[in-house]
Amino acid sequence: MSEPRLDTPLRERAGHALRDTFLQEALTIATTKFIGLRREAFAEFPDGEALRDRAREIKEATLQRLDHYLERLIDNVEGRGGHVHYATTADEARRIVLDIARRAGARMAVKSKSMATEEIHLNEALAAAGVTPVETDLGEYIIQLAHERPSHIIAPAIHKTKGQVAELFARELGRETEPDPEVLTRIARAELREKFLEADLGITGANFGVAETGTIVLVTNEGNGRMVTSLPRVHVAVMGVEKVIPSMSDLAVFLAILAKSATGQKLSVYTSLVDGPRRPGELEGPEEFHLVLLDNGRIGQLAGPLREALACLRCGACLNVCPVYRQIGGHAYGYTYPGPIGILLTAMLNGPESVKDLAHASSLCGACADACPVRIDIPKMLIELRRDVIERRIAPWPERILFGAFARLLQRPVLYWTAARFGRLLQRPLTRGGVIRRVPLFFGDWTRTRDLPPIAARTFQERWADLEREGGR
Amino acid sequence: MVTCLGDVFYPEVGEKIVRLLRRLGVVVTFPAGQTCCGLPLFNSGYHVAAAAVARRTVGLFREAERVVVPSGSCAWMVKHEYPGLLTDPLERAAAERLAARTHELSQFLVRDLGRQRFRSTVAGRLTYHDSCHLLRGLHEAESPRAILRGLAGAEFVELPGGDECCGFGGSFSVRLPEVSSAILDKKLASVEATGAGTVVACDAGCLMQIRGGLSRRGSRVRALHLAEVLEPLDGAP
Repeated sequence: MSEPRLDTPLRERAGHALRDTFLQEALTIATTKFIGLRREAFAEFPDGEALRDRAREIKEATLQRLDHYLERLIDNVEGRGGHVHYATTADEARRIVLDIARRAGARMAVKSKSMATEEIHLNEALAAAGVTPVETDLGEYIIQLAHERPSHIIAPAIHKTKGQVAELFARELGRETEPDPEVLTRIARAELREKFLEADLGITGANFGVAETGTIVLVTNEGNGRMVTSLPRVHVAVMGVEKVIPSMSDLAVFLAILAKSATGQKLSVYTSLVDGPRRPGELEGPEEFHLVLLDNGRIGQLAGPLREALACLRCGACLNVCPVYRQIGGHAYGYTYPGPIGILLTAMLNGPESVKDLAHASSLCGACADACPVRIDIPKMLIELRRDVIERRIAPWPERILFGAFARLLQRPVLYWTAARFGRLLQRPLTRGGVIRRVPLFFGDWTRTRDLPPIAARTFQERWADLEREGGR
Repeated sequence: MVTCLGDVFYPEVGEKIVRLLRRLGVVVTFPAGQTCCGLPLFNSGYHVAAAAVARRTVGLFREAERVVVPSGSCAWMVKHEYPGLLTDPLERAAAERLAARTHELSQFLVRDLGRQRFRSTVAGRLTYHDSCHLLRGLHEAESPRAILRGLAGAEFVELPGGDECCGFGGSFSVRLPEVSSAILDKKLASVEATGAGTVVACDAGCLMQIRGGLSRRGSRVRALHLAEVLEPLDGAP
């Protein structure tokens, strides 16, 4: 599927996704599977609920003293011979990484799956600077071949069917094969093996940064993360500042719920603890280790309305359960982070105006908040973002007029009754067989697929006098 | 509290509730001048207007001992959002008192009156759609099911994916009608797959969406409010 551009309205982007039968097939299969696996994983884990509470408490306590924990993390990474860089903006982060690549004389960089590097559009910057980025996570590898962007936080190629992947491999790699995931994986593995050995630079994100030890933690399933952090001469980890946690015992709490929420696994296949560069006497590891701490709008939310979103573990559980995401997939959202949490993160990174329409891409059903391992109240913040749009008066004027009129109606019963009576007259020519099949203007699109009930011949309030008499009998 | 959708579109639901409650021995009053709880304003970000509506509604129900609401979403609005919308301490205290006295219908029947045995007004197989606000907002999955499972004269079956949204979401269904309809299609397909002749919900918003979709498809399945399928079973607790 081609990615809809941001200059088309959200509704069109969504419509495009709804008409994409491959996308619909892929999304339904994958999200349904994820939902079932997550449910089973927690059903077999009686401590799950308490650990979710604990994880949230740890996040809160860490955010309370974020400066302190970041300082400890920096001290400990540097103490182990690593270098730490601080990037206030995406642009700064890109420049830092490019600078490291230049000094290392890198021509190729292998990457482990990372949303933080997606967020700063690092691949484009690397390519422009003459460093070939190679994604080594299977899903990321697929979408890189297809010149696309991830459509899910943990399953970047979730929008593709295995048939589409087989076609892609045939076209891009010249390897004709059956759409068998095992065969496809073997092909990708063989292609990538060379790159690991060739690359001078390994780039990763970070699931956690442990302050007390200076350890960067990577949670992966394919083993590519381990290759990226140990084979190339230089390793760069790009980590959002909110990913710092105080201690190893805290890490245990998060690891107990992260994979269960994400894929329904008890633990991911690989949990890699990266402790800086290779030290004398060690056999493995890079010669240089760099940690890039990324702010990019996060620090501003420490005291902002989106603060709760800083607790996000990027597990993707809220995407899988979101009825909207399950229909339109990630690309229709138009930004790096899709789904319910993605709307909040987009607002955090690009400002609230960027989600003027996206804030409404939710029925507020609350499934996201329920699935979130750290219980982030996503619907509440979506409503806050909507409020922000209204209070800055940047909502479209027809909507403001409509809601303004509605608000007046609700405060004056006489107007409300008059409107009901007036509606009763207006609906007469539209009503057939007890339902309204088509209305003009704002609700016209509603009735394209659904009937509307007509305003009752007598409203409840008009019936009340009779009901009251009936009760007094 | 009749709610705007209940008042204007589904007055027969309100009537059924009044008669049902009376037969269970409840004295029912109806404060005049009710409009809407303000949830559509609140959810779309019009919080100043929503606060004005909340203030008005709190005043209307000052005298009521218990407030019974036919929709989980409106009950949620009163119980969870009113107190936060009203910043004046006295107003907020009044909103909190109202919140504590407000109950969604199934919760009122089962948890307050202790009545969960009823007779069905419809024969055959029934299934139940969880409304999002009742399920995840008010954490109520059990009360409606307790009633439906014990319903004399009908057979209750669970709806696969019953806890998933029907795609209504108030203004969402108008802003992104195609997405809303696609979500609804899934819901209707699973309703029809149960073989039930009736799908029950405890929210007028979901009913408007589900009923609207069923009627457009020409489906034989009917979407009914819980109150429409209940009749007191005399002598039963």
